[in-house]
Amino acid sequence: MLSVSCLSALLLHTLERRMADAGNKESAPIGGDEFTNTELENNKNNTMVEEGSTLLRRMEISVAEAEKRTGKNTVNMQEIFTVYLIETRPIDAITEGHNPAPDSLWRRYSEFEILRNYLLVTYPFIVVPPLPEKRAEFVWHKLSADNMDPDFVERRRVGLENFLLRVASHSVLSNDKILYHFLTEEHRWKEVVYETGFQAKADSRIKALSATFRVKNPDKRFTEMKHYSDELQSLTSQLLRVRARVADRLYGVYKVHGNYGRVFSEWSALEKEMGDGLQSAGHHMDAYAASVDDMLEEEEHYADQLKEYLFYAEALRAVCRKHELTQYELETASSDLISKKQQREELATGMVRTFSFKGMTNKLFGQETPEQREAKLSLLEEQIVQGEETVTEKTVECEEYVKGAWVDMQRFKEQKDRDLREALIGYAVMQISMCKKGIQVWTNAKECFHKM
Amino acid sequence: MSRTIDAVVSPTQTNTIPADISGQMLDLDEDDDLEVFSKDLTLADGNMFNASMPTSPGSMVNQCKFEEDEESDSKDIFITVDNPESHVTAIETFITYRVLTKTTRSEFDNSEYEVRRRYQDFLWLKGKLEDAHSTLIVHPLPEKFVVKGMVERFNGDFIETRRKALHKFLNRIADHPILSCSEDFKVFLSAQAWELTTYKKQGPGFLSRMGETVRAVANSVRGVKNRPEEFTAIQEYVEDFSNKIGSLDKVTQRIVKEQKEYLEELKEYGPTYTLWSGSEEELAEQLKGVAGCIERCCKETEEQVGHLSDTLVPVLHEYVLCAETLKAVLRRRDNIQAEFEAKNEALATKKVDRDAESSDLGFVWGSLLGKNPEEARHQRQERLDGEIEELKEEIDKLEDRVEWANNALKGDWGRWQRSMRGDLKSAFLSTAEKNVDYYEKCLAVWETFLLSQRTEPSEETDRDNTP
Repeated sequence: MLSVSCLSALLLHTLERRMADAGNKESAPIGGDEFTNTELENNKNNTMVEEGSTLLRRMEISVAEAEKRTGKNTVNMQEIFTVYLIETRPIDAITEGHNPAPDSLWRRYSEFEILRNYLLVTYPFIVVPPLPEKRAEFVWHKLSADNMDPDFVERRRVGLENFLLRVASHSVLSNDKILYHFLTEEHRWKEVVYETGFQAKADSRIKALSATFRVKNPDKRFTEMKHYSDELQSLTSQLLRVRARVADRLYGVYKVHGNYGRVFSEWSALEKEMGDGLQSAGHHMDAYAASVDDMLEEEEHYADQLKEYLFYAEALRAVCRKHELTQYELETASSDLISKKQQREELATGMVRTFSFKGMTNKLFGQETPEQREAKLSLLEEQIVQGEETVTEKTVECEEYVKGAWVDMQRFKEQKDRDLREALIGYAVMQISMCKKGIQVWTNAKECFHKM
Repeated sequence: MSRTIDAVVSPTQTNTIPADISGQMLDLDEDDDLEVFSKDLTLADGNMFNASMPTSPGSMVNQCKFEEDEESDSKDIFITVDNPESHVTAIETFITYRVLTKTTRSEFDNSEYEVRRRYQDFLWLKGKLEDAHSTLIVHPLPEKFVVKGMVERFNGDFIETRRKALHKFLNRIADHPILSCSEDFKVFLSAQAWELTTYKKQGPGFLSRMGETVRAVANSVRGVKNRPEEFTAIQEYVEDFSNKIGSLDKVTQRIVKEQKEYLEELKEYGPTYTLWSGSEEELAEQLKGVAGCIERCCKETEEQVGHLSDTLVPVLHEYVLCAETLKAVLRRRDNIQAEFEAKNEALATKKVDRDAESSDLGFVWGSLLGKNPEEARHQRQERLDGEIEELKEEIDKLEDRVEWANNALKGDWGRWQRSMRGDLKSAFLSTAEKNVDYYEKCLAVWETFLLSQRTEPSEETDRDNTP
């Protein structure tokens, strides 16, 4: 059965292979209103790098180790935290036969979070890969919920590496400069990323995600995708919950058999003829009881694969919501424009098409002077011109967003189908291995019972 | 150590004891009342075995062990217990079981009997057998009622478990060389209900049985002084065995409980995959496939738990009860020996009395009555001599009784150990086999699924083609 390092190597290999295809698709940078002109320029430059080449093709990346550190936190109290070693090596050097030592730096989980938040804000149309969970959830009783537990730390290391590999092989995300700095510059990185001003955008993004607004004409595909993301979230979390309970129970069954080992051993001391058979049967019962630990640890990797998509569902939902927001802004700008145009018409023709309070007060208290009316009209004209610009911008923004997001959502869908299919196959392989072990133990026990 | 006894001897024919057991025989004071127990009854001349008589010391002869192979070769009585039926009367409701007997033994008038018996009748039979053969090991009966788990008396599972245990009980007696010859056993198997009721009323009265029990209790309070080493060894073994088998019983019941809880969760697990498949396109088939595998594994798990409950749990429980039976048998043996020792002490005391030089009290008493002191002493001597003679006779009988009890127990002990090994070995073997079978079936389920996945095209370009 694949060990953890094999799994990540496999992942790396498959990601590389498959990102080759994804990278070949067109991936135009989307300029949102978040981007200044210079940023747009930079992005264009970045993508002018050979199409289809992602960072991962140029650089080998791994999260090699984890260590504990102590330090002062934000409220100046001592804390213990874990740091992870990121190692990078240029691929060219490797293929040329050199074996350079990797560059490396240490990062803690919170820095990964900052990176991801930056990416979420900067590329809202991308389904950004999720981080491994912050705290252990879906824990079954023997599994530790402690963040310091070595098994948890190890699984987190794998998850962080997985995150970096996914980001670095994404045709759009991999070109980001901040990402590059994250991987290569240990100390200045935090300042650099805060300088981008993403934090403010991050805050407003969160507000926007949970805001309620009624959008009239969202792209139907996005609405469907949003529903799907909700379902994916609830279905995978339900599955993970039940799986954890099943694992817990299975653990109990296996461990109780360990008692057979003890009692058989004690009983064998009493018996003459049955002694040998009982004693050796007892050993097999001990082995049976012990075997469950490894089996369930392996199953945790399967659970982690499902969890990744549980968290992906959230990212997917965010992309759909962002579309609704941009669409809403467009609709708002459009209806603003329409109402301004109407007002202009009313002022110009003196006809009141629709009821307005202004109109009423005018009738009651007399109309304005021609000069006042002129001033109003010219203001309106300005506003209309601006409004039309806004509408045009928003329309383009919306269209570009839809285009870019749809491409990435398709990529995501294909990736998801592939990954989950492999996960299910991996699960079947695990079950088979478990059955084979069971057959072996009980066949051995049977032999021993024969000797009784 | 094991011997075969071929001949059957009636109480009146003392001369036909075959020579080959002569080495094992006691020196008997009495020639009549000789009973020899044989397993092979093909030579029987229609004797009635009066096993319900209280065992008199002189009528006991050494028990001999019988070889294992004999039991399977010459089985001449087949009993089944089945067909539980509920009976309702004005006073009570109870269950009867059909007891079907097929036999070629000559002391049975017919070759087939069908009777109905209730649990009380089985209890009666067990009591009679234990009375008649206090140091033989009688296989335990299922318990009167199960307190733990609050099982209803008329619950289907409970009745079935009990039926199987009753079936085993009767068959174990039928296999036993001595117990199967019991008259009470014969009556149990063959008499109609009213006949049995009448028969039950005969025999030593309630009061006399009470007397025996009181004596036994009194003796057990006194305790045995010189228990032979081998019985102490057996007792220690029984103590330890009782602990171990009790532990195994508990562990197995715990496993059953955990398995059942596992099964409950597993039953909810499969459906989560099915549910998910409803939201997926490409993945739907695989998800449904996994759901199907889990469901089939559920069925296998259910079967496996059932097997454990039906096969291993009852056997372990039986032997927990056996351990208690063994303890009781050892106690009864001890009591028999204690009674013998007590009488011996009484004899020693009497002898001391008789041999005492002077007896002031007697002299005073005698002179008060106007007797000659010499005469008084002489009378006293005679009286004591008589009592001593009586005691000696009683002691001889008791000694025989002890000897017989010890030999009976020794013989049955070996037999019991063999049965125990056989029963437990086969129960554990069966469990292990079933577990292998369980895992093999689950393995097949998942391998089939895996195969179905691997036959799909693995090239990405083909992925979008619908199969």
